[in-house]
Amino acid sequence: MLDVIDKRILLEVADLHGIPLGAYNIRKNGQGESRNTTANIDIVTKMDKPGIDVTIKPGTKGESVHIPVIISVEGLTDVVYNTFEIGADSDVLIVAGCGIHNPGCEKAQHDGIHEFFVRKGARIRYVEKHYGEGEGTGDKVLNPKTIIEVEEGGVAELELVQIKGVDHTLRDTLVKLHKNARLIVSERLLTYMKQDAESNITVELVGEDSTAQIISRSVAQDESKQLFHLNMRGYTRCRGHIQCDSIIMHSAQVSSVPEITAFSSDAQLIHEAAIGKIASEQLTKLMTLGLTEKEAEDTVLQGFLK
Amino acid sequence: MLELINVSVTLDGSDGKVEVLKDISLSLEDKKIYVMTGPNGGGKTSLAKAIMGIYQPTAGRILLDGTDITNMSIDERARLGIGYAFQQPPRFKGLTVRDMLRLAAGSGNKIDECELLYDVGLCAQDYLDREMNTSLSGGEIKRIEIASILARKLKFVVFDEPEAGIDLWSFQRLTETFEKLHEKYDNTIVIISHQERILRLASQVILVENGRISEITSHEKIFGEIGRMDSECMCRRSCNREGNANVGCHR
Repeated sequence: MLDVIDKRILLEVADLHGIPLGAYNIRKNGQGESRNTTANIDIVTKMDKPGIDVTIKPGTKGESVHIPVIISVEGLTDVVYNTFEIGADSDVLIVAGCGIHNPGCEKAQHDGIHEFFVRKGARIRYVEKHYGEGEGTGDKVLNPKTIIEVEEGGVAELELVQIKGVDHTLRDTLVKLHKNARLIVSERLLTYMKQDAESNITVELVGEDSTAQIISRSVAQDESKQLFHLNMRGYTRCRGHIQCDSIIMHSAQVSSVPEITAFSSDAQLIHEAAIGKIASEQLTKLMTLGLTEKEAEDTVLQGFLK
Repeated sequence: MLELINVSVTLDGSDGKVEVLKDISLSLEDKKIYVMTGPNGGGKTSLAKAIMGIYQPTAGRILLDGTDITNMSIDERARLGIGYAFQQPPRFKGLTVRDMLRLAAGSGNKIDECELLYDVGLCAQDYLDREMNTSLSGGEIKRIEIASILARKLKFVVFDEPEAGIDLWSFQRLTETFEKLHEKYDNTIVIISHQERILRLASQVILVENGRISEITSHEKIFGEIGRMDSECMCRRSCNREGNANVGCHR
C-alpha cells in the first residue's frame, strides 16, 4: 500500500497522482510494490540480480512506462539493474523517477543502472526526476548510471532533472549512436547547502549522420559543488553540440570540463560552456515590474531551470 | 505630479567618478506627454533611471504626488505606479513572452496578451510561447518591452528610445499606441526620442545636455533647431539595424 509520503514522492518524481495508467513498476525500499503490464509492454523481474527487464514490442506507439522508485527508510542502499528493449519503430515514454524520504540520520541510497537498446527507427523519451526530502540528517544519495545504444534512425530524448533535496549524486550517462540516430539531452540540476553533484555524459557518434545535442543548465547555491564532464566523440560524419550553462550563487563551486574528440575530418563538434551569476540587469528589469529582489531572483532561476 | 529637486547622480565609471546628472530640478505634471531629447551621453537615460530608482541620487530629492520617494527601492516605486521601458531590455533564458507579460501585469490582473502584442505590431500566435532569449531580434525585444509596459496600469511611465529597431509600419502604430495608452490611463508619459513624429506628441519637449536640462520648449520650436540635433541623431544608426537606412525618418 502506498502511504501519504509515497504518494507525495510519486507526484514529485513522476507527476503521478496515484497509480499510473499503462505499464508500470513501483519499487519501494528495495522491493517491488506493484506492477502492471500491457499487451505491448512486458515487465519481468531479473533472476540473477535485482531489477527488471522491460520489453516493448516493435511498433508500439503512444504508450508509457512508469518505473518510480521510493525510498522512505534510513540505512538502505538499494542497487537495481533495469534493462529496456525498445522494439523497432516504436514510440514510447519512460518515466523513471526516484524519490528518497529519509526520516533518520543514516544514509539512504539508490543506485540505478539503466540500460536501453533503442532498436531501428524507434523513439523514446526518457524522463528521470530525482528528489529528496526528510526530517532526518541522513544523507540522501542517488547515483544513476544510464547506458543507451541507439540503432539506425532511432531517437533518444532524455530529460534529466534533479532540483531538490539530493545530497550527493554521481550521474554517469553513456550513449552510442549508430547511423542517422539522434540524441537530445536536457539536463537540469540545482544544488544547495553542502550538496554535491557530478554529471558525466559521454556520447559516441559511431554511425554516419548521427547527431547529438546536450543542453545542461544548472544552478549552484550556498556551499554546494557541481562538476560536469561532457564528452563527445565523433568517429565519422556526424554532428554534436554541447551547451553547458551554470548560474553560480553564494559560495558555491562549479566546474565544467568540456571534451570533444573527432576521429574523422567530417565530424562537426561544438562545446559551449558558461558559468556566471544572475545578470544584475535581469533583476533590475523584473524589479521595475514590482517584484522584490528575492522574487526577481526566483523568477530568473525558475525560468532558467524550466 | 513627479518632481525632481536639485537631483545629482554620480556614477563609478572606468575612469573614476562621473557626474551624469547635475543639479536637475524638474516638475512633470499629471496627464501630459513629455518628450526628452538631446545629444547622446547627455543624461536622458540617467534621468529616467534616477526616476525609476535604478540610479540613486547623490544629492536632491524626488517626489511623487508630494511623497518623498528618493530612498525607495526600484520595486517600491514600481508598485506606486512608476514604469520604465528599457532602451536595451535584457534577455531571459527560459522565460516566455507570455510569462513576461503576466509578470508585468502582476498576479491577479487579467490581461489580453494578444491585444497587447497587436498594439506593438507582433502576432500573438507567433510570439507568446517564444523564449525571451537571444533568438529574438533587437526590434522584437523592444516591442515586447513596450507591450510589457502596456500590460501595467501606470501613473507615470518613461519609454527609453522606443523607436530604436522598429520598422516603418510599426512606427506609425507605435505613435498611435502611445496616444491610446495616454487616453486609456490618463497618465504621464515621458518618451526619450529623437524622432520628429514622436516629438509631435509632446505637450512639452525637454532638452537634456551635459547632465543638465538646457531647455524646456515646444515641439514647434524644437524643429527649428533640428539641424543642430541632426548631426547627433541616433535614429539612422538604429534604422540601419533593420537593413534599411532612414526608415521612419521623415525629415
